[in-house]
Amino acid sequence: MRTSECDLVIAGVGGQGVILISDVIGRAAVLAGKPVCGAETHGMAQRGGSVINHTRIGCRYSPLVAARSADLLVALEPAEALRFSHYLSPQGVALVNTRPVLPVTVTTGQAAYPPLEELIERLGQRCGKVIAMDATGLAERAGTAQAMNVVMLGALSRYIPLSEELIIEALSRVVPERFLEANKKAFALGKAEVE
Amino acid sequence: MKEYLLGNAAIARGIIEAGAGLAAGYPGTPSSEIIESLVDLKGDDPMHIEWSVNEKVALEVAAGACWAGTRSVATMKHVGLNVAADPFMTLAYLGVGAGLLIISADDPFCHSSQNEQDSRRYAQFAGIPCLDPRDSQQAKDMAAFAFDLSERFDIPVMLRPTTRVSHSRSDVDIRPQAGAGQGRQRQKSVQAPRFCKDPARRVALPVHARPLHTKLLAKQQRIEEALQDTPWNRMHLSEKGGVGVIASGLASLYAEEAIEELGADISLLAVGCYPLPTNMIEAMLRHVSAVMVIEELEPVVEEQVERIAAKVNPSVKILGKGGFIPREGELDGLLVRNAIARMISREELPAATCMPPGVLPPRPPALCPGCSHRATYYAMRRAFGKNAVFPSDIGCYTMAVNMGTVDTCLCMGASITLASGIRFGGEEEPICCSLGDSTFLHGGMTGLLNAAYNKARITVTILDNSTTAMTGHQPHPGTGFTATGEPTVRVSLEELARALGAGLVETVDPYDMQATLESFNRAKEFSGLSVVIARQPCVIKSRKSGKPRRAFRVSAECKGCGMCVEFGCPAIEFKEEKAAINSLCTGCGVCAQICPASAIEEVAK
Repeated sequence: MRTSECDLVIAGVGGQGVILISDVIGRAAVLAGKPVCGAETHGMAQRGGSVINHTRIGCRYSPLVAARSADLLVALEPAEALRFSHYLSPQGVALVNTRPVLPVTVTTGQAAYPPLEELIERLGQRCGKVIAMDATGLAERAGTAQAMNVVMLGALSRYIPLSEELIIEALSRVVPERFLEANKKAFALGKAEVE
Repeated sequence: MKEYLLGNAAIARGIIEAGAGLAAGYPGTPSSEIIESLVDLKGDDPMHIEWSVNEKVALEVAAGACWAGTRSVATMKHVGLNVAADPFMTLAYLGVGAGLLIISADDPFCHSSQNEQDSRRYAQFAGIPCLDPRDSQQAKDMAAFAFDLSERFDIPVMLRPTTRVSHSRSDVDIRPQAGAGQGRQRQKSVQAPRFCKDPARRVALPVHARPLHTKLLAKQQRIEEALQDTPWNRMHLSEKGGVGVIASGLASLYAEEAIEELGADISLLAVGCYPLPTNMIEAMLRHVSAVMVIEELEPVVEEQVERIAAKVNPSVKILGKGGFIPREGELDGLLVRNAIARMISREELPAATCMPPGVLPPRPPALCPGCSHRATYYAMRRAFGKNAVFPSDIGCYTMAVNMGTVDTCLCMGASITLASGIRFGGEEEPICCSLGDSTFLHGGMTGLLNAAYNKARITVTILDNSTTAMTGHQPHPGTGFTATGEPTVRVSLEELARALGAGLVETVDPYDMQATLESFNRAKEFSGLSVVIARQPCVIKSRKSGKPRRAFRVSAECKGCGMCVEFGCPAIEFKEEKAAINSLCTGCGVCAQICPASAIEEVAK
């Protein structure tokens, strides 16, 4: 029996704004009157390391999404999408920003960064659907590359059981006033990618 | 009203709602956001909130405040409780004035810690009650409740969140009207704060300690009885007996979910308070033929279940550690679900299959681009050579373990004392230890004093980035600001080092490679105890301050020798046999000083 309405994991690199996405979704779920829980990465791993957040909408139990059970994986970086792909259910949907962030192991020549096509192909073998987009480029079009996470949030909004109205309301409580317009634009551009 | 709250923010809410008037702590993941949230929540209330110099200090300050009649809290991470263990153990004897809450945040799986010790053992050891929350709501409610419990039984109370409680979020019922002021007013009306002299309860002379120990032991039964009826111990007995689960804290949430998902008729006792509810455990053990005990880390519950079973139902089968539930690392929903499934002979779900090694490049946490610690360690290694011994400490710089200048990491401040011991133990190579500014003030000062007094011929490097960086940039006595942002005395590390007895004290800017090398060389040749203070503000903080950055590029002179790449800054890449500088560059200019071909040059703006 399902114990959660919708399970998602949000992956990326420390500093990319993973927490903003889960915070907005959590707040929107509270506005919708749904129970919600989730877990964040703080501390040591944030220093340029891989980070993952778990968010469970309509759930009163574990803050962690179990392996092979995420309905959605949102990745702000393509290698991190594959790194955390074991959370995806076989029917799950992966939303991926295609812009790589090279880890220090690659810049110093100790390891290789796989070609994007290979990353996407492997990811496709582990879930129902992969939606890849240059979210960083879209955010630049919206006025600020920093809003890349909000582009991904816009794309994600198509798949989560929360109304766009509530998500935007939650977003406006989290983002500083002066960046709100650019963020709304970024949200719309991300959403349009999934149409 | 509901809010989506981080566990630590929920704890802060509970503390405010209980009307606490003082909070003291030392930063440590996963506990740090409690103090920070209190600062955000306190508003204009005169509540005293401090970052203390270390956890022992924090607990003693909180104890003093509670003895003066103010509800108080001390926050720390689990290993911080080791530092505070001395006051912790005896406070259980002496008791409290107003309520005293001690928060020790555990870190199963060592997400950001050097060990995964279980604070519930400490509470048991001291004989104080322990509350073990499983989500943000319980964390908030327990924090508030702890003060009443503490006052009722004249005893400090421990709250023990884990990483997955402190750093999880869930929807929490809050009382928006309960600002810092109101809770405190309620407290104050009971009794104006003042210290009441009572040597028999405040002076731990042997003659006082003996009867206090007897009193402490006598309280245990009454505390257990008081905790039995709290909403955090909950039992559901299945209709037909069969098997049961006893789970504590977060594990009880995993167990509830697993039982729901399996749709199985299993009795469940969820416990959240210690001393454990003996009557409930007895009822469970009489009801079932087998019981699984599910808890993270130590078998604290399991040992007691075994003891009770021996009395009430010796034939009951007890499953837990040793086969079903690991004693190390953290649990998760799948692990708990499969353990329960195995007990009831149901199918187990496959475990996660991560990508095989080699497919993805590792992305370990690393020093930031432009971090001055990297420059300091680079110079240190060049000056002291690879045969030198480099004891290190706890902070961001521990991540530089691959640079060859982190030979040890034990506990806060141990770099200096280990270095002394390594010297006295007979090591003859140069010894240069290192620790951060906050770590030095926390636990390094006594070690430096000891090194001077006992004539240790070592070099101590203070990596001074003028903040407590790893835990999120908290201020300390070297920064000139308090936890609430008020200006205060700014302690000089140079004067401290001299006062503690160092013979040579030098300060360098690690972005100046030549000067840093020269300073390390003088320290190495010095015949006594030398201190090098490598000072450059944390690059994360200076980036946020909007200081203009210098820009650098690699010219055609690059020979592709790779020395700059070996330096390990994420802003330097190697492409087609040449170095290249990427957009992460913060403009520290250290690589330009390292390049033997002078091929890295500043771009004029």
